[in-house]
Amino acid sequence: MKMLINVAETVVADALRGMAAAHPELTVDVENRVIVRRDAPVDGKVGLVSGGGSGHEPLHGGFVGPGMLSAACPGEVFTSPVPDQMVRAAAAVDSGAGVLFIVKNYTGDVLNFDMAAELAEDEGIQIAKVLVDDDVAVTDSLYTAGRRGTGATLFVEKIAGAAAEEGRPLERVEALARQVNENARSFGVALSACSTPAKGSPTFDLPAGELELGVGIHGEPGRERRAMMTSREIADFSVNAVLEDLNPRNPVLVLVNGMGATPLLELYGFNAEVQRILADRGVPVARTLVGNYVTSLDMAGASVTLCQVDEDLLRLWDAPVRTAGLRWGM
Amino acid sequence: MLDADFFRRWMTATAVSVEHEAERLTALDSPIGDADHGSNLERGFRAVTAALEKDGPDTPGAVLTLAGRTLISTVGGASGPLYGTLLRRTGKALGEAAEIDEREFAQALRTGVDAVMQLGGAAPGDKTMIDALLPAVDALGQSFAAARSAAEEGALATTPLQARKGRASYLGERSIGHQDPGATSSAILIAALAETAGE
Repeated sequence: MKMLINVAETVVADALRGMAAAHPELTVDVENRVIVRRDAPVDGKVGLVSGGGSGHEPLHGGFVGPGMLSAACPGEVFTSPVPDQMVRAAAAVDSGAGVLFIVKNYTGDVLNFDMAAELAEDEGIQIAKVLVDDDVAVTDSLYTAGRRGTGATLFVEKIAGAAAEEGRPLERVEALARQVNENARSFGVALSACSTPAKGSPTFDLPAGELELGVGIHGEPGRERRAMMTSREIADFSVNAVLEDLNPRNPVLVLVNGMGATPLLELYGFNAEVQRILADRGVPVARTLVGNYVTSLDMAGASVTLCQVDEDLLRLWDAPVRTAGLRWGM
Repeated sequence: MLDADFFRRWMTATAVSVEHEAERLTALDSPIGDADHGSNLERGFRAVTAALEKDGPDTPGAVLTLAGRTLISTVGGASGPLYGTLLRRTGKALGEAAEIDEREFAQALRTGVDAVMQLGGAAPGDKTMIDALLPAVDALGQSFAAARSAAEEGALATTPLQARKGRASYLGERSIGHQDPGATSSAILIAALAETAGE
């Protein structure tokens, strides 16, 4: 597998140096691996910190900036960051109003953020946590580590970020983040496996004529393998899986997310199918976002996330945001 | 009696073994995880060796506590907190004694394994590192060599199990038929212990 890298060991550090050069509005600590908005800590504002393995760009570093995250901690590729990074990030963004950790439900992320919360509280920083677990492909949580956090992370970070920007207190921002997560569901498919720089070859074997239904974002195989389907059939399967679990009475935000190697031409075509099904099912669409936002290195494929919103959530979604990966209204 | 030097040598021997076995661990992690267990542990134990050289802790408890803290700070993922907690809590349980006997060590290691079970929420049979560590602790009452055999058997016995914790759990039945990488690295840790004891 050809990759545009030097050596696997320096992939994350190299990316951070490049990010720093491209985004002077961010403070990028390459050695300690923390990305912070340059004006942090903002007086009186709740800090929002998220993080996870690298390889999901623009998540999370690309979502740091006014209106969204205050800081992000990138771990090694597909490996959770360590508590030291999270504590450093929390200290950098805490203005005294407390910090919300936004954690995707993966064992590594959960354990490291738990440890970080204890350490940060020892340093006098008030910490709240929200766990994102939107992936409906994981059905039986009694026998798994629970539903994975995937596309809904973007909705949680954007809406909670807007609420924090308005000056809402920590417990309100935390409650909103939970509300977003509870109203959001995702389903993902892979048309190809991805290759981690450390391994240098695909993480699982997916023959040309087949696809994986119900994948997460770490190159792990999904819930079921089938013969390749059309965009229409994949959309039917994915949206139905989401709607089986979420019965929206209010309008929804739609995220049609690329896994990294699927071009926008295909993603927009896929979105057309998603919108057709939602219209057929009588689900009103408030806003739609199409693009590569929560990726899985060079995996081909897509995920669909729906998030039911009320007026407050929709207003917060529309609020101005200025980050490397998401930007509108300012 | 076991002194600080014994535990330093154990950690160094583990680092050497992990480096040696990194590719195998990563290969085991590829079908049911995300193919980084070997490289993550290699990075962690390399940092442990460096930290022990730099700080020179002089009791068994201090050696293991520092090793555990270092793993938590450098590994990430789930294995960082889990292995870090194992060694840190074992070290804490050893207290400040300059030397300990094998029975005291076995008790302390059990405390560490209990802490790992509590942190990760895994029970025996969930296809995790616990499946190697728990039998090892039970056998440690006999000898280090018995602990090594028990850990290795425990790791092998994870192959037919269905994973219920960590990333492998998302595979459901498809996790069956693969040896658990975490149980395998735990067996490497215990094998290094037996090797350090000359057994």
